[in-house]
Amino acid sequence: MMQFMLLFSRQGKLRLQKWYVAHPDKLKKKITRELITTILARKPKMCSFLEWRDLKIVYKRYASLYFCCAIEQDDNELLTLEVIHRYVELLDKYFGSVCELDIIFNFEKAYFILDELLLGGEIQETSKKIVLKAIAAQDLLQEEETPQGFLMIMA
Amino acid sequence: MPAVRGDGMRGLAVFISDIRNCKSKEAEIKRINKELANIRSKFKGDKTLDGYQKKKYVCKLLFIFLLGHDIDFGHMEAVNLLSSNKYSEKQIGYLFISVLVNTNSELIKLIIQSIKNDLASRNPIHVNLALQCIANIGSREMAEAFGNDIPKLLVSGDTMDVVKQSAALCLLRLFRTSQEIIPGGEWTSRIIHLLNDQHMGVVTAATSLIDALVKKNPEEYKGCVSLAVSRLSRIVTASYTDLQDYTYYFVPAPWLSVKLLRLLQNYTPPAEDPGVRGRLTECLETILNKAQEPPKSKKVQHSNAKNAVLFEAISLIIHNDSEANLLVRACNQLGQFLSNRETNLRYLALESMCHLATSEFSHEAVKKHQEVVILSMKMEKDVSVRQRAVDLLYAMCDKSNAEEIVQEMLNYLETADYSIREEMVLKVAILAEKYATDYTWYVDVILNLIRIAGDYVSEEVWYRVIQIVINRDEVQGYAAKTVFEALQAPACHENMVKVGGYILGEFGNLIAGDQRSSPAVQFQLLHSKYHLCSPMTRALLLSTYVKFINLFPEIRTQVQEVFKQHSNLRSADAELQQRASEYLQLSIIASSDVLATVLEEMPAFPERESSILAVLKKKKPGRLPENEIKETKSPVVTNNHANNDNHNASSTASADLLGLSTPTQPSSANAGGLLDVLGDVYGNKSNNSLSSALPPNVSNFKKFVCKNNGVLFENDLIQIGVKSEFRQNLGRLGLFYGNKTNVPLQSFVPNLLWSEEQSSKLIIQMKHVEPVLEAGAQRQQTINAECIDDYTDTPSIGLSFLYNNMPQKITFKLPLNDKQILRTN
Repeated sequence: MMQFMLLFSRQGKLRLQKWYVAHPDKLKKKITRELITTILARKPKMCSFLEWRDLKIVYKRYASLYFCCAIEQDDNELLTLEVIHRYVELLDKYFGSVCELDIIFNFEKAYFILDELLLGGEIQETSKKIVLKAIAAQDLLQEEETPQGFLMIMA
Repeated sequence: MPAVRGDGMRGLAVFISDIRNCKSKEAEIKRINKELANIRSKFKGDKTLDGYQKKKYVCKLLFIFLLGHDIDFGHMEAVNLLSSNKYSEKQIGYLFISVLVNTNSELIKLIIQSIKNDLASRNPIHVNLALQCIANIGSREMAEAFGNDIPKLLVSGDTMDVVKQSAALCLLRLFRTSQEIIPGGEWTSRIIHLLNDQHMGVVTAATSLIDALVKKNPEEYKGCVSLAVSRLSRIVTASYTDLQDYTYYFVPAPWLSVKLLRLLQNYTPPAEDPGVRGRLTECLETILNKAQEPPKSKKVQHSNAKNAVLFEAISLIIHNDSEANLLVRACNQLGQFLSNRETNLRYLALESMCHLATSEFSHEAVKKHQEVVILSMKMEKDVSVRQRAVDLLYAMCDKSNAEEIVQEMLNYLETADYSIREEMVLKVAILAEKYATDYTWYVDVILNLIRIAGDYVSEEVWYRVIQIVINRDEVQGYAAKTVFEALQAPACHENMVKVGGYILGEFGNLIAGDQRSSPAVQFQLLHSKYHLCSPMTRALLLSTYVKFINLFPEIRTQVQEVFKQHSNLRSADAELQQRASEYLQLSIIASSDVLATVLEEMPAFPERESSILAVLKKKKPGRLPENEIKETKSPVVTNNHANNDNHNASSTASADLLGLSTPTQPSSANAGGLLDVLGDVYGNKSNNSLSSALPPNVSNFKKFVCKNNGVLFENDLIQIGVKSEFRQNLGRLGLFYGNKTNVPLQSFVPNLLWSEEQSSKLIIQMKHVEPVLEAGAQRQQTINAECIDDYTDTPSIGLSFLYNNMPQKITFKLPLNDKQILRTN
């Protein structure tokens, strides 16, 4: 089971955090700081996996963003890399060639997409088509019910 | 500003831009505080906010929280959003709750109703939102509130697939917090049969759930095995076009395959039915075959997905540990990865081969790769990969290759990363001991370890070499000669001085015949290091010196001079001062006979498992590769007994290997690291002399310094438990006498041992007890204590009784330490 996923920039700014186990905020911050420092210090050709406490960390860099997951001893590292990749693909399809700014300004969307892909730390739906369809259905619901969206921009 | 999709919240986008434009941390904090004040006033204001505004502000709070700031308001507004009839508002409410609300929050009670409503909605999107929220929080309250609904949702015929998927994983999450929520009976088979579902997404989610259920109750869910094998078989034989969107970069359903392979690792053997077992073997062979086919794509995603399945299959093969053919094949295929250009694959292959090395079927096959693994240890750029190589060398080591592997590890140690040195030292020490056919080799290896990586040689390692030298006559002369030579190096590590000092003190006589290592030379050599050493090492050397007086009377005056030096006799370190003065007196007063008795050679240590192994296990729980081949009985006893074995404490008083701690004082039991190191516990020092001649007595007086209940004393006849409570200067004890025999204990009289004078400081009253304690019976006695003034001693009870007409006497201390009464005072 995945215990948490963190997205952070090359400058060490946290962009998204998803916790599948309950930790106090203080501990979360400590873990985040520790992992960001550790991973940013690693060189490009190094292995994408590392041991950390009793967990395995799997990370990968996409442009300016690092995606980092903590999984348990039983979990499969290579496939976790592909969970990350699938998530990136989903973001990319949804935003249309995604960049860090998209995730900053639409962080809530990034969460909604992640919730369709993973639930409770386990993979929920691996089909790209189905996930995108679910997100599109959500967007459709919003557009139907919020005609004022347009007016707000004008205001 | 990039385009905003869906219904954009312009205010939010402006705020985010502002934050991004802040030039400094201070400016950012200022901007955030301004926004927080604004939101707070909006929430508190008289004007009722509409849903959109609420959503926008809640979203801003969420953003501020994600920047790392604490948020202490807005929760109620978020809760209100849950019941909005607009989906976008509801969704933001749920997001806020799942990110910010902790499992134990009071708020959870408030949101349960909203979640219930959404769960009952006809719109699957709403249902899923509710399920995601339950899974995200996953608390006990959630399990209680929804433990009934979710299983129904999961197996009901008219639930949509997307909802089923979420329900399966939601249930899994709740199961992890409250194991009792899964209904048994007919549900079991319905859940198992989800493995046959048409929809791959449902099967994938359900497999995760079933895996967790199986772990708790393997018997009940046994039926999943044959279903899982059939499903796996269909996937591995499918072509990549068959599974459409569930094919990932030309690999059919890698996620489901891995989950099924994982599920099957819960059973040993994986399948009882020979037909099913045969089918599984076919699947595994197919996976191995497919991995050898030329890649269908150059993309790393293809290779990762394919190899993820391969590694999981190999895990299952290792788990089964029965098909020699598969194990050897797995090993060969992993061997190819060892020189792959992908670092990730090399890392995983090294890890997986560690497990293969522990199987009797593949151990030899792993050994064939020794050269490559040694190269990995030396040449890999990434320390975590080098670490894996070290692990594998450790795992593949046996009698046939031990000398070579140990030598290579020693060579590498000179340049090894600091982060892995300590572990390597432990591993080398263990291998050298385990596979030593000639103990001179062992001694050489350990001394080399100290020379190369002295700082990383922990106490356990050098204690161990001393234990072994003392227990083996044949190596003592060699050890003495070797340490003597090693000590001649101009700069040698303090650990070397410790080992050298100890060994020469015991066996220096064996090399004293040679003029080059005459007694005086030995003494001067050791003493030349004395001033550079820490007090602990000096204390050890003082003991060596006094032993020299016994071994070599001719240098007695020289040694006495050293004891007499101000820096020793008046040392600021109490231990050194005491040793110097006591040893000096001993050397002056005692006759040579007495000296010879007192300073006799150490007796052999009891044979036990190396404490080094225990340290290594503790260092990396869970992942350490064993240097054991399964199914072959190893000569090493497991280490469990070392920790539990406090009955032997007195017989292993030798645990105080170096005489540096003072076990007679109760307080030292926890103080000296030396005691812990050897894995023994001082349990029964305080009362041995007073207790009856019956075998093992355990008196646990000391633990009551910080504990109120427990067993105070126990032997074969009787157990005495205590419950105590303290209020200010008053204490009340309940003593429970339990008769462990099958005859009554007669004339049973507990007497208080507490003088008149002491009673003026601590008044103790004891209730009377019946003089007969029936077989198997327990009797309580209440004791009241009142502290009047500071007192120093501890009151005791002298208990006398007749067992089969044999008088017995037991004395034990009452847990009425002054600290306890003062503590609460």
